Amino acid sequence: MSATPFNSGGSIVRRSRRKTVAEATFRVTHAGPHVTIQDGGRFGLMRFGVPASGPMDRGAFAIANAALGNPLGHPGIEISQGGLNLECVSGCVTMGIAGGGFVVETPTTRAPSWLVLTIQPGERLTIRPGLWGSWTYVTFAGHLQAQAWLGSRATHGPSGFGGGRLKTGDSVVIGSATSRPDLLGPLPLPVSARPRQDVRVVLGPQDRFFDAESIATLLSYPFALTDAYDRMGVRLSGPALTPHGPLDMPSEAIMRGSVQVNGDGVATVLLADHQTTGGYPKIATLLADDLDGFVQLRSRDRVMFRAVSPQAAIAATRTRAAAQARFLAAMTTRRRS
Amino acid sequence: MAPPFPIFRPVGANGVLVELGDKISDAAAAAVTDLETALRRQPFEGFAETVPGYVNLLVLFDPLATDHGTVETTLRALLTQPGQPRHDGRRRDVEICYDPDLAPDIARVAAATGLTPDSVAAAHLNGDFRVVMYGFAPGYAYMSGVPQALQLPRKPAAVRGIPKGSVLIAGPQCIVTTLTMPTGWWIIGRSPTEILTADPSRPFLLDVGDTVQFRRIDRATFEAKNRG
Repeated sequence: MSATPFNSGGSIVRRSRRKTVAEATFRVTHAGPHVTIQDGGRFGLMRFGVPASGPMDRGAFAIANAALGNPLGHPGIEISQGGLNLECVSGCVTMGIAGGGFVVETPTTRAPSWLVLTIQPGERLTIRPGLWGSWTYVTFAGHLQAQAWLGSRATHGPSGFGGGRLKTGDSVVIGSATSRPDLLGPLPLPVSARPRQDVRVVLGPQDRFFDAESIATLLSYPFALTDAYDRMGVRLSGPALTPHGPLDMPSEAIMRGSVQVNGDGVATVLLADHQTTGGYPKIATLLADDLDGFVQLRSRDRVMFRAVSPQAAIAATRTRAAAQARFLAAMTTRRRS
Repeated sequence: MAPPFPIFRPVGANGVLVELGDKISDAAAAAVTDLETALRRQPFEGFAETVPGYVNLLVLFDPLATDHGTVETTLRALLTQPGQPRHDGRRRDVEICYDPDLAPDIARVAAATGLTPDSVAAAHLNGDFRVVMYGFAPGYAYMSGVPQALQLPRKPAAVRGIPKGSVLIAGPQCIVTTLTMPTGWWIIGRSPTEILTADPSRPFLLDVGDTVQFRRIDRATFEAKNRG
């Protein structure tokens, strides 16, 4: 960009602009794998092969935003167990951090990953995995500058479309950054944010391709998450769930939470960046509500599946939605008073 | 005996899978797009989105607004509604260049089918392609209609790094890729036609139910369009 012709006299304009449009800039001094920009998600496009993406733990992401009075789907950063280190280069912004049992360090703080803090220029922020959890979230009192794709800044991992993956050396810019001393402090950690080893499923839609023994195995033996775990899905280890009948099933929709079983009997749970269709039978589907706790498990953690009826699944979903609404409302009220 | 379809299967806390057949056929695909069209014209309260498969349609809903039973009742009524407007897909043109370096498998497909590379291209251009569903990755439109003479099983192992715009076939299916991705399908050409249009008002060139006509272009045209 050539700014030269406007240099004389231009500095006054630029100085006055800085007052009204505060910007905070961070340098990424370390980013582990799978650290991405996310927002609430990209909905309604699965019929074109585009899954919703968005945060793996949607509840924690909503809390990180609610803590700052942001809309619940406001763009933020999803951090994997690889961790993220940021250095504030300029500006000053208040940040919400929620999700998992991560450790957050600044020059003045060492705290668990459930808090609101403000970062000053020259300060470093380190977010690294702690005792539990796979994902944590950073949100900003301001606007995280990121590329939108199809109306959303959520990163679709396999293509890189959307806000994108953060890499060491990148800059992160927050527009309209504000400092909110009134919001600082620890955040409440709801029970639903804990890793969940008892996960509810609705059987099917292809449970009929499995004999009674395989269904009983799914519901009575522990399975473990393996290292084959990313935003697309997680492969499980455990007893084989061998499907009988046709393995060349015509391809059909997959959704977040589908438990897909391939030809050798290995189960995979599909997650935020899942493929939208596939030809393997799905023995069961996790309740969307239990996915937040499920994704906070780590590789080698164990999980048990429990079948509930579709009616019970609906009732549980409504109960959880009401509880979450109360939690978010109470959090906002408490922090405002 | 009357076929047992439709069959309704609950999916998690927020979906119903409507099975309209169990074998891949034009009739099953048409039934899926007809139901999807009817649903988009008359969405029920709590309707979220649909995902078409070859023989069924996943209907997702807001579990705070409705439930599996109510959705099934609504869909049954929609399926039996008289005079339901049928989906009439548009016809879309997709350009293709069959030059050997853009079509690394065309010679092998020719050898396997007893044709020459040029007659593989001619047969492909004669295919009666129809978009049946999307899958695998954003913008990957699965088209039925590869002529019998060109139908081959997929390769035993996937090949990595296949460039965007590659035109792939396997069995009766054809895809124009939108990303650089691995594939085990046969690469018989390259297209400069963007399926991901970058036009916010119509971000995907093809819709399920559309028919597709491949148009052969020469190398100079491909290079000119691929640059632009």
